[in-house]
Amino acid sequence: MAVTDRVQSPPPNSHQRASRDRSVKRLAFSQKVSKWDVKLSPYLYISPFFLLFAITGLFPLLYTAWVSLHTWNLIGGQGKFTGLENYEFVLAQPFFWNAVGNTFSIFLLSSVPQVVLAIAIAAVLDANLRAKTFWRMGVLVPFVVAPVAVGLIFNNLFADQAGLFNELLTGVGLDPVRWHSDSLASHAAIATMVNFRWTGYNALIFLAAMQAIPRDVYEAATIDGAGRLRQFFSVTVPMLRPTIIFVVITATIGGLQIFDEARVFDQAGLGGADRQWQTLTMYIWELGWGQRNFGRASAVAWLLFLIIVLIAMANFLITRRIASQGGRR
Amino acid sequence: MHSRARITALSAAAACLALALTACGSGGSDNAGVEGETGTEDVTLSVGTFNEFGYEELFKEYEELNPNVTIEHKKAATSNEARDNLTTRLAAGSGLSDIEGIEMDWLPELLQYSDQFADLSDPAVEGRWLDWKTEAATTEDGQLIGYGTDAGPQAVCYRADLFEKAGLPSDRESVADMLDGSWQDYFDAGKKFVAASGGTAWFDSAGATYQGMINQVENAYEDNEGTVIATENSEVKDIYEQVLQASVTDGLSAHLTQWEDDWVASFQSDAFATKLCPGWMLGIIEGNAEGVEGWDIADVFPGGGGNWGGSYLTVPAQGANQAEAKKLAEWLTAPEQQIKAFESKGTFPSQVDALESETLLGQTNAFFNDAPTGEILANRANAIDIRPFKGPKYFPINDAMQQALTRVDVDKTDDPASSWEKFVTAVGAL
Repeated sequence: MAVTDRVQSPPPNSHQRASRDRSVKRLAFSQKVSKWDVKLSPYLYISPFFLLFAITGLFPLLYTAWVSLHTWNLIGGQGKFTGLENYEFVLAQPFFWNAVGNTFSIFLLSSVPQVVLAIAIAAVLDANLRAKTFWRMGVLVPFVVAPVAVGLIFNNLFADQAGLFNELLTGVGLDPVRWHSDSLASHAAIATMVNFRWTGYNALIFLAAMQAIPRDVYEAATIDGAGRLRQFFSVTVPMLRPTIIFVVITATIGGLQIFDEARVFDQAGLGGADRQWQTLTMYIWELGWGQRNFGRASAVAWLLFLIIVLIAMANFLITRRIASQGGRR
Repeated sequence: MHSRARITALSAAAACLALALTACGSGGSDNAGVEGETGTEDVTLSVGTFNEFGYEELFKEYEELNPNVTIEHKKAATSNEARDNLTTRLAAGSGLSDIEGIEMDWLPELLQYSDQFADLSDPAVEGRWLDWKTEAATTEDGQLIGYGTDAGPQAVCYRADLFEKAGLPSDRESVADMLDGSWQDYFDAGKKFVAASGGTAWFDSAGATYQGMINQVENAYEDNEGTVIATENSEVKDIYEQVLQASVTDGLSAHLTQWEDDWVASFQSDAFATKLCPGWMLGIIEGNAEGVEGWDIADVFPGGGGNWGGSYLTVPAQGANQAEAKKLAEWLTAPEQQIKAFESKGTFPSQVDALESETLLGQTNAFFNDAPTGEILANRANAIDIRPFKGPKYFPINDAMQQALTRVDVDKTDDPASSWEKFVTAVGAL
């Protein structure tokens, strides 16, 4: 910066004293600027993200907390302050706990097979295939399809009486599955849609990580006499650990907020007549947009936030343990 | 979800800034804006509709008649989409069109916020619509928030070929005679049909049939002060039990949920023989049952008349051109124009004069065995004598009831008693 120039510029002869005073002052000021520059600039450079986050993330979060303490109508707006009444009410609702159960059930049914399948697909794609790029791009195609479109297609397949899956089942002499009546069957159907969309995406992440594994490790394993399967479980999977953690965390956050696929699973979009597949976000939607009760909807939104924080903390602890195990190896 | 509403509101506000030239001003929220001179200054009016209002040609006509007006049509694909748009922008206080189409079902909740809409009452339009149509859009202190467009008078659609096979009379007049009377008569005819039909059900869904019945009860879920009486009202419980008795115990229902994929597909497979049908349902049946022959429509509705659906045009108070907007809405909903919309898209008029129009009464429908649908539906519209009271909680309660019926009729996860218990809990949670 220009600081050095100023320091070296010689004071003029006349009015020396005053000039020197000024120079010292100036020096002090420019030094300050320089200090600020060093200390503040980095924060300034990263500030756009945090400003944006404050506007679109933090403010809604806090405002939602404020709304959750009032009676609040979507159109009518703010009502009277009610303290924690909305939370008390919501926690006493069977539909709330039902939604918590459904959310976890769909989350587990989608995340676990998804990660396992994605690793398997990545391993296949990592092998020496012809037209590699074609196959690799191919697994990403489902991801490009909009979730609502996926929902429409799968809805047709999962229709209770006229759907393809049930026709196949009855065709081979089995009983049709009651996709829209039976709770677990509906979760499995919704998880299928989620898996259809996300497995390929995760497979590509795993593939990238696999390609970063040094090839000499495999060579050494081959020399030691390890077969392909043994190599996969003893070399590939352990080396993928950080990536698996990343995928599990993103799948958790996405899984707990699952909405689109479950919402389009029937026309009413409330999660079934007996709320067989109503997730927490759908419950928020029902309270806020169906009943226009933003106070209660906000209370559920905050409870969901707390649940996600709890799970993220659990994730963090597990991650630390795995990481330290990795260090010991 | 909450943040999404705010983002929508923000972007609406942003769009407002960007489009400051057009009619997106957030104006004063006082209703006085309806007064004002019209027909002089150049003005662009935006009109928000959904599904098919049949207005495309009419807009062109109006622009020719009023050279100072340019109309911008914003068409939403579904009424749900239009409703989300409407409520979000009402909450935001800006971004609505100068004229917004609304469905009858939204009225109870919108009437609570009548200060958000211009008062459209005007001596010039008095007596234009059927009484119940206007009453439903009028607040207690006499403010009219919407001009009626179409209506949904219900008749009974039936499969003449299946009736014949089961040994029932199948021509329009005899069927009307047979079904005329109470709901029990309708169900009794169903029992006779099912006994001889070899697997075909009498009606499609318990929920749809219940809907027809409850719309004939004046105070089903709330008394006139808006106090919820749904769970104690013996009329509601009686209808609930009667429908489920017919649907499940007597096996008259095809166990379908209206609008679901299975329901749509069932039109191709002789799943049921009758269906309660408002005018706008004819097109839906024709579409779903493409290639199926035998559909007909009888000039009858069990238990008296009944209406299902229909729309209104409103002028939001946030608009900058309320006087011009009101003028356009008044013109669009005049009987002559509604007849043109009816010819274009089949939206059945709710205007008294339109019901006597030659064009309407002469209308026949080839798919329904050349039935005089215009005349039948006009008769059905005149038969409506009860205007059910629908308070602010009508729709959430009715929704809970529909789910209670679905649990027993379709899902079979509950028996009538346990499903009623869940309904009581759900209503208590509102």
